[in-house]
Amino acid sequence: MGEIHEKYLRMDKMPHIWCAGCGNGIIMGAFITAIDRLGYDKDEVAAVSGIGCSGRITGYMDFNTIHTTHGRALAFATGIKLAKPRLKVFVFMGDGDAVAIGGNHLIHACRRNLDMTAVIFNNHIYGMTGGQFSPTTFKNKNATTAPYGTTDPDFDIAQLCIGAGATYVARGTSYHARLLTDLIVKGAEHPGFSVIEVITHCPVNFGRRNNFESPAQMLLWQKEHGVAARKAKTMPLEDMEGKFTIGELYRSTEIPEYLEEYGRVIQAANEEKKS
Amino acid sequence: MGKKRFNVTVDRTICKACGICVAFCPMSVFTTDHDDKAVVSVPERCTGCRQCELLCPDFCITVVQVEEAADG
Ligand SMILES: Cc1ncc(C[n+]2csc(CCOP(=O)(O)OP(=O)(O)O)c2C)c(N)n1
Ligand code: SF4
Ligand code: SF4
Repeated sequence: MGEIHEKYLRMDKMPHIWCAGCGNGIIMGAFITAIDRLGYDKDEVAAVSGIGCSGRITGYMDFNTIHTTHGRALAFATGIKLAKPRLKVFVFMGDGDAVAIGGNHLIHACRRNLDMTAVIFNNHIYGMTGGQFSPTTFKNKNATTAPYGTTDPDFDIAQLCIGAGATYVARGTSYHARLLTDLIVKGAEHPGFSVIEVITHCPVNFGRRNNFESPAQMLLWQKEHGVAARKAKTMPLEDMEGKFTIGELYRSTEIPEYLEEYGRVIQAANEEKKS
Repeated sequence: MGKKRFNVTVDRTICKACGICVAFCPMSVFTTDHDDKAVVSVPERCTGCRQCELLCPDFCITVVQVEEAADG
């Protein structure tokens, strides 16, 4: 471990419980590197997570942290940000957490555009509960709940969030760890609701069932299938078949940030109280 | 021009033997021991790209620049 880990991690909780080769550790490393680069004081950061292997991240990092309930991290985070606007709020969710049980919270958080940053660990499976398929499991993949392959089409989380009104949307991977740090920094600096979807890997509950021999092979898959968004624009559509774009996908500064709007309500209420 | 040299270490007590560093070090600095844990076998080949440090999910690896040799 290096200085950065000693500064931002709860060293008494190390080593973490994530399985050998799990992408979650790589994402945590990229995240604390982003916080270091942003120069935020640890006490001004609030890290909120839901339930799942990914949700364990808040136990390991030395910020103001809260490990909430499955699918509800954004609701807790919304309350925290409204009560303490000075806090830099980051929300960590798995794909099941964010787009299955928590899907409704996600689209409404996008719509409101409150200044927070969501980091979604998309490992295409329910890791913690043993490998049930999620809304992002690709079609024809194996899961404990789909022994003959899944039949459902998968959600594109980033596109879903753009459609729902998030004002900064990016996609990274655990393989492209440097890029991921850059995207988290940009998402944090963006004044509005930011989503960073991270394509990552669960070697145990997804990989083993779907012919990946090792965690390294799953990282290699990310390397080979993630295409820089700028490059993708110039590529023929058929070359993008089965691949996904990475980098900044969407940014808008036209939609008002929610705290500013809500500030007007607070002001009106205060004025009424005075009169 | 002096060649940059790096000291690469693996904390064996926390290594989970996942094989990521072995697979992704572009200079093949790592091999594995009898428990499949990572071993720094050829540190002199390290170019300091830090790919292993970034990709080790358990933060076992540190890469530190040590000296600037006059020759090489
Ligand atoms: C209300 C509720 N329903 C179901 C569960 C069981 N449960 C725990 S984690 C989880 C899903 C985990 O998958 P994901 O959110 O993708 O996170 P991962 O473990 O892959 O990081 C489920 C269904 C729960 N804890 N609470
Ligand atoms: S079950 Fe999967 S997601 Fe959970 S820690 Fe293990 S590898 Fe990671
Ligand atoms: S990447 Fe880390 S945990 Fe995996 S084998 Fe290398 S040193 Fe061990």
